[in-house]
Amino acid sequence: MDYINAFWVGGLVCALAQILLDRTKMMPGRVMVSLVVLGCILGFVQIFKPLQEYAGAGVSVPLLGFGNTLWNGVKEAVDKEGFIGIFLGGFKASAAGISGALIFGYIASWIFEPKMKE
Amino acid sequence: MKQQEKEKEYEAYVKEKTPVRKPGPAMAKAFVTGGIICTIGQAILNACEKAGMSKDISASWCSLILILASVVLTGFGIYPKIANWGGAGALVPITGFANSVAAPAIEYKKEGQVFGIGCKIFTIAGPVILYGVFTSWVLGLLYWIGTLIGIV
Repeated sequence: MDYINAFWVGGLVCALAQILLDRTKMMPGRVMVSLVVLGCILGFVQIFKPLQEYAGAGVSVPLLGFGNTLWNGVKEAVDKEGFIGIFLGGFKASAAGISGALIFGYIASWIFEPKMKE
Repeated sequence: MKQQEKEKEYEAYVKEKTPVRKPGPAMAKAFVTGGIICTIGQAILNACEKAGMSKDISASWCSLILILASVVLTGFGIYPKIANWGGAGALVPITGFANSVAAPAIEYKKEGQVFGIGCKIFTIAGPVILYGVFTSWVLGLLYWIGTLIGIV
């Protein structure tokens, strides 16, 4: 059942993003930024958690999840460390994603050659 | 006056010539592509939790594996083909983020380590990280103030 929920909720998020892409002429980068910001806000107003309990990876794999991870990191750090936590939590919580993308991306630039556009 | 008329005419001309993609098929493709990527993510999450990892660590592994897969597919030129078909379905998941990091790093390596790869690797990742970190900081500040006053 969790696979079905992940599939249709994740699919729905992407289909809605597709409308944004087609209808508003938003560039891909803007759509990605919007989703991360939206994810932060959904986490803040405590809507993300119930969504995640229902759909699992359906909301955590889209960039909404990245936004929620940032917010969660900040919240937990504030709970633990107080004011300085506002500055610590975001990067700590999202470290795996950011480091992974940068490190693998950089190594890929050693290995692969640019493809000619067909 | 004439200038305005000309502009209007031109606008109408552009509107006529711009290809209108039917929203239905593009949405269906985005739905299927995004759905499949999220289902793979769910499979990784389930496998990690079965192995006894905590929720947070499982989520980190899930992101990391999806990112690695996307970078490899980007390197072999397969991810662009998926994105071509799936549109937002390939763009919005974390794999799209990884693609947006790896693709310019490979593309601009000829322009050098610093100004080629180093700068261009952040073309999309930069804004995503900036606005994500900033938004979470603002919300964190509100939350911190909330804890001071005792609302939360």
